[in-house]
Amino acid sequence: MSGTAPEIVPGWETVIGLEVHAELATVTKMFSGAPNRFGGEPNTNIDPVSLGLPGTLPVLNVRAVELAIRVGLALNCTVQRSVFARKNYFYPDMPKDFQISQFDLPINGEGWLELADGRRIGIERAHLEEDTGKSTHVGGGGRIHEAGYSLVDYNRAGVPLIEIVGRPDLRGTEDARAYVSELRSILVAIGASDGKMEEGSMRVDCNVSVRPVGQVELGTRCEVKNINSLRSLGRAIEYESRRQVDLLTAGERIEQQTRHWNEDEGRTHKLRSKEEAFDYRYFPEPDLMPVEPSEEWIAEIRAALPLLPRERRHRLAEAAGVETSATSLTVDRGLDDLAMATIHLGADAGRVLVHLENNLADGVGLLTAESFAALIALETGGDLTATQAKTVLASLVAEGGDPAAIASAKGFEAMDSGELEAIVDRIIAEHPDDWAALIAGDDKERKKKSGFFVGEVMKATRGQADGRAVNELLARRSAV
Amino acid sequence: MSARHLAEAVRSGARSARSVLDEHLDAISAREPEIHAFNVVLTEEARAAADEIDRRVAAGEDPGPLAGVPVAVKDNMCTRGIPTTCSSRILEGWIPPYDATVVERLAAAGAVMVGKTNLDEFAMGSSTENSAFGVTRNPLDTTKVPGGSSGGSAAAVAAGFVPLSLGSDTGGSIRQPAALCGVVGVKPTYGAVSRYGLVAFASSLDQIGPFARTVSDAALLLEVISGHDPLDSTSIPEAPADLTSVLDRGVEGMRIGIIEELSGDVLEGIAGDVRARLGEAAAALEAAGATVETTSVPSTVYGLSAYYVIAPAEASSNLARYDGVRFGLRVDAATSGEMHTATRTAGFGDEVKRRIMLGTYALSAGYYDAYYGKSQKVRTLIVDDFARAYGRYDLLLSPTSPTTAFSLGEKTADPMTMYLTDVCTIPSNLAGHPSMSVPFGVGDDGMPVGVQVLAPAMGEPAMFRAAAVLEAAAPPGAAA
Repeated sequence: MSGTAPEIVPGWETVIGLEVHAELATVTKMFSGAPNRFGGEPNTNIDPVSLGLPGTLPVLNVRAVELAIRVGLALNCTVQRSVFARKNYFYPDMPKDFQISQFDLPINGEGWLELADGRRIGIERAHLEEDTGKSTHVGGGGRIHEAGYSLVDYNRAGVPLIEIVGRPDLRGTEDARAYVSELRSILVAIGASDGKMEEGSMRVDCNVSVRPVGQVELGTRCEVKNINSLRSLGRAIEYESRRQVDLLTAGERIEQQTRHWNEDEGRTHKLRSKEEAFDYRYFPEPDLMPVEPSEEWIAEIRAALPLLPRERRHRLAEAAGVETSATSLTVDRGLDDLAMATIHLGADAGRVLVHLENNLADGVGLLTAESFAALIALETGGDLTATQAKTVLASLVAEGGDPAAIASAKGFEAMDSGELEAIVDRIIAEHPDDWAALIAGDDKERKKKSGFFVGEVMKATRGQADGRAVNELLARRSAV
Repeated sequence: MSARHLAEAVRSGARSARSVLDEHLDAISAREPEIHAFNVVLTEEARAAADEIDRRVAAGEDPGPLAGVPVAVKDNMCTRGIPTTCSSRILEGWIPPYDATVVERLAAAGAVMVGKTNLDEFAMGSSTENSAFGVTRNPLDTTKVPGGSSGGSAAAVAAGFVPLSLGSDTGGSIRQPAALCGVVGVKPTYGAVSRYGLVAFASSLDQIGPFARTVSDAALLLEVISGHDPLDSTSIPEAPADLTSVLDRGVEGMRIGIIEELSGDVLEGIAGDVRARLGEAAAALEAAGATVETTSVPSTVYGLSAYYVIAPAEASSNLARYDGVRFGLRVDAATSGEMHTATRTAGFGDEVKRRIMLGTYALSAGYYDAYYGKSQKVRTLIVDDFARAYGRYDLLLSPTSPTTAFSLGEKTADPMTMYLTDVCTIPSNLAGHPSMSVPFGVGDDGMPVGVQVLAPAMGEPAMFRAAAVLEAAAPPGAAA
């Protein structure tokens, strides 16, 4: 892994492995025909199976399996024969008091996810399981032990989940956020999940350990639960790193624990230690058959996958002749198809990416690859300045049309070079002290004063001057 | 009168369903207080259903193969709008919002459900003495048990309350009471009859099946309830076999093996009179043209031990949902955990608690391999041994129960003695194979003896052919 990750505590490395639960975007629940839908009045998206009524049996939703396989393929996992297992523990929001999950034989084994900077983060497994309901504890500040009573909503019970277990390959908060963002982009791109952390359809549990920089052996980890946003993820990792380093520097040991992130207090609390961990008494779910996806089916699902963010970054980077990291913003915004088409029409790739990143953050509206390419041709041909091009671009986004016609309607015409020279000379003459400072100054001062003169020329020409041309003139004059 | 004849009479208009029903309700009124076969008799509902059958016949419709036949259903199968108790306090007040698939199929075939029958709580027991609502007595001698756990369904048929009833069989719970009450009882191939709506005891072993006074009636009922159900993932996709048309084909040329391990030579406790009847049954089959010889299926002797790990393990998980949160009994307490404990302590009887504890232990970390894991290996051995045996034989033969009906209270003090009564029936459940008990004369005490016919998976046609031969050759039975 890269050794450049910023240290949260100097001299210490934070090692992070994430377990991400994502709700799969099926129409119905994992084991019954009840709707899989967010929101709604409590206990309306339910049926006898999702309530775990006596006598009911699960029937596997084949669509959930298909989406899980998509996730597996997108994460470069081995898609394999899998067996459902019962994870037994008592909790009021779990209707059967066991959760149908996968244990020793998950549907997706070993894989990896590539971050925007090209690093690969290991995936241990990505398995299917059902979601639980939701408890609301009324009174006592919302905590179960102090509550007057509790309400349970089973709308979410039985919603299909994929749990993606990452290897401890992440270092620091930026890594963790980048991993979750990339994973979210992948899940959304392949239609597996809507990836909404704020609605709980994507949830992150975070395993954190620390070790002195240079130590190979991993420290004892703690698992942090209840992280509801990328911001909380960063805060929780920082808090937990500091807590662990404080303990270790005080000569204490880290106890392996499950901890709860409290967003308001900005700290983690101990939920239970390893010794207090539940014995889930996993055993194969006798009501379901093993899932044995055929090679043909897997191939079909693979063929139907859209290009993944990683592939789109590589594709654009190659076309534009840049590093993949330079394409991630454009890909994240979903503008890479437009970029590819514009570049294929012969437009300057550098200008395409600059406009997409800086001037099209709010959407591309009526802009087409053709008008975009024509605009960039005017710009690189010297017919429009960068500032003028930006103005025309905004017009293309809002109304569409022909860039040349828009430029001429706005009175943007390439300024005669003699005319520009006269203006530059006049400005120099009007500011003799600044000019002297530019001539005599060091690099920094020259740069600063050049900026001043370019600004003055722009003011005088109401932005119609080509900044590059002005800079060239200033350089020529000052070199004399 | 047989169920076939009753249905024929009703379909042809020779008899009204209402008169058939009233006749049976009279029989129930006369002896039910003494026998206690039912948890509930549905007099009004049954009359309405019978009248509807008569209306349909009058309108020229055919209500189906069980037109107007009164049927009793074990009280662990869900009935919409009618309490389903499993003879347990813990389901107090629960009314299922849906029908079990078998209940739907009975109604679709024109049957009239007259009541829900008593059972050992959650089908755990061999004498129907573990019911929260009192014992059921053997109609042939009311000082004796009817067997169990489907004792109510067996007694209802034996007492002439109904010509047909449904039971469930996890380790012998249909066949053993059939033998003790002198009726026919069938455990079909695992997956032949849908378990949807059968309150689970041990999911990988449970199977619903018929009780009848004749082999032919048992075939008729099995044909009605068999067949694929998309709501049960373990349901066999193939169309069920036609049994009625093969009943009179005899056993000429069949090879039949008597399992020596279950017939007195290896296991102790198989009574002399039971062994004598088994010998006579074998002779009858031979006389009808079959080749009969004693054979070894060695691992069947381990069946009981494996069963008393696997069944409780699954039960410990299946019965977790009775937690007081959503349905049935709730005993309030300060926290949800204490409420779970208080509810389950008050709601479950001793035998159910014993098996939940056994099963929880067998699945616990550190014990799983030694108990659950090893039992699954034994199960595989039994499957393999049966496969070898069925390479040489079409059918196998054994006693159903080691003894005739025992006295009420005789075995309640010692669970192990009670468990041993299922020693001959358990291997078929572990293998998923069909087997049935056919009455064959009486023991020294004048109480009925049952002979068990075992077949490989989907071997019901051959099994029923042999059962019909035995029925025809059987010495006089006991009279209720």
